[in-house]
Amino acid sequence: MIERLDDCDLRRKSRRQLLKLAPMAALGVFAIPKASDWLVAEGVGFSDWASGVLFRRAHLAPTFANSEVVPFERFPYNGYDVLDPEVDLDNWTLTVEGDVQHAGEYKLSQITALPKVNQNTRHVCVEGWDVIGAFGGARISDFLTMVGANTEARFLEVECADDYYESIDMPSALHPQSLLCYEMYGQPLDRKHGAPLRLQMPTKLGYKQAKYLETIRVTSVLKAGKTGYWEDQGYSWFGGL
Amino acid sequence: MANGEEKKPVEPESALPAKPQASKSKTGFEKPQAGEAIARGEEDTASDAALAGEPSPPPVAPAKPALSTQPASPTRPTPAGTVPPPQPTQTKPVPAAHTRAEAVPVRAEAAPEKKPGLVRAAYEHPLAIRITHWVNAVSLFVMITSGLRIFRAFPSFGAKIPEHDLIDIPKALTLGGWLGGALQWHFTFMWFFAASGAVYLGYQFFSGHYRTVLFTPKDISGVWPMARHYFLFGPKPAATGQYNPLQKLAYTSTVGFGVLSLATGIVLYKPAQFSWLAFLLGGFHLTRIWHFAAMCGFLAFIPGHLIMVVLHGWSNFFSMLSGWKREPEYQE
Repeated sequence: MIERLDDCDLRRKSRRQLLKLAPMAALGVFAIPKASDWLVAEGVGFSDWASGVLFRRAHLAPTFANSEVVPFERFPYNGYDVLDPEVDLDNWTLTVEGDVQHAGEYKLSQITALPKVNQNTRHVCVEGWDVIGAFGGARISDFLTMVGANTEARFLEVECADDYYESIDMPSALHPQSLLCYEMYGQPLDRKHGAPLRLQMPTKLGYKQAKYLETIRVTSVLKAGKTGYWEDQGYSWFGGL
Repeated sequence: MANGEEKKPVEPESALPAKPQASKSKTGFEKPQAGEAIARGEEDTASDAALAGEPSPPPVAPAKPALSTQPASPTRPTPAGTVPPPQPTQTKPVPAAHTRAEAVPVRAEAAPEKKPGLVRAAYEHPLAIRITHWVNAVSLFVMITSGLRIFRAFPSFGAKIPEHDLIDIPKALTLGGWLGGALQWHFTFMWFFAASGAVYLGYQFFSGHYRTVLFTPKDISGVWPMARHYFLFGPKPAATGQYNPLQKLAYTSTVGFGVLSLATGIVLYKPAQFSWLAFLLGGFHLTRIWHFAAMCGFLAFIPGHLIMVVLHGWSNFFSMLSGWKREPEYQE
């Protein structure tokens, strides 16, 4: 591969090749914070788009034997603010609104009356830790059917007693393992785990699993800057696993 | 090469006297001439003087006899065969040197490789390799620094309860400011990292260029001598190609680290969608360790790589920008 070139010739060839690479220097613009903010926002947006494409409605997340479930005491309590927003469990109702035929208030008993699903699945935190827990509840898809939701709508928004809020894509909400969870380890949800009702979706990261649910809204439009408590601060919106 | 020899005797006759000035002023052949003067310096200062004063006419007459003796000189053909002889068209003074029959063998033995005005060079890094190298370098920097910030959020491979932190990574070494910011960088540059890796591998494979760098079983025996040279000041093994066996091992390993970091990264990003891959890698927890280990592999490679670049100087570094390496140390 070694060639013998006239010095001028070598310099000319080197220069020509160097110039071919030169346009890459323009990428240095992303060293400017404003440009890099834009770049990573686009990057996360693209990742979320790709995540939605990759998501398979019928593909089940791994489930585990009872022996693999961590003991209840070792299932972390996690919250963004208070762990017990002191929900009035006796008079609690779930408000359903948006693109549904039967909007209104729903009692917990109407939800527990739906077919119950028990599953041992992995709860993955965005921080990197994970726990395998035992969850019981009704499929979100069954509930949406009961309330006559338009499942062609794109999103499900939820609001919580601790002022947390979240939104999820409809395909993930309709996933057979996506639950309105009212039991953990065979017991009614305790207050710190989100009593009386929380989301439990083994295809989503922990911050999507909103607790202390108060409102569910079916919609095709998300309010900008109001797509989720952590998402509005920079977490990926899709947050899928 | 053979006809190169043939030509030589012919051309000087006509070219020499015809346009000495013309070609000299024409293409800045001053430089080659100067180089030649140096090369010939030991032999004869008179010829230097002749070059400078350019008394081309006098050499002409003796040139013929000198040329005619050349074929008789046994040493002459060998260097001329491996190295293109000084082109008469290029520099008129060349024949001038030939006028001295004694000078010819001297020069041939003294510096058979030296080509007046010619530089040994190799086009080592095609454009695709250079682009992917730099995209990869930046991506890797971002992936490691943002990855360390992500790891900082839960610096453990064990359970959340009880949590045993392994290390406290200094914030100064991290990118993104907080977990969410670091994840944004990570989720953006993972695409550039993957794309540069895919283009690199695709190019290497389809161009056949991988042969210069792929570590193969026959390189194994060369690893220890090279390592001994680098780390224990042992003798330097002869350079046999663009990369020595230790380099091949290092560069080939980085491809392994890259593939491992991407495969494990996919599992950590989508453990449910790619549950089969998580299974192959030994489960979610082990995958997290593999992912970290892949980074450690890069962290082991990068300082050595950078130190070597510094030690080997500018022309080596510049070759990753221009593709061309001046005076590579290996023969071919």
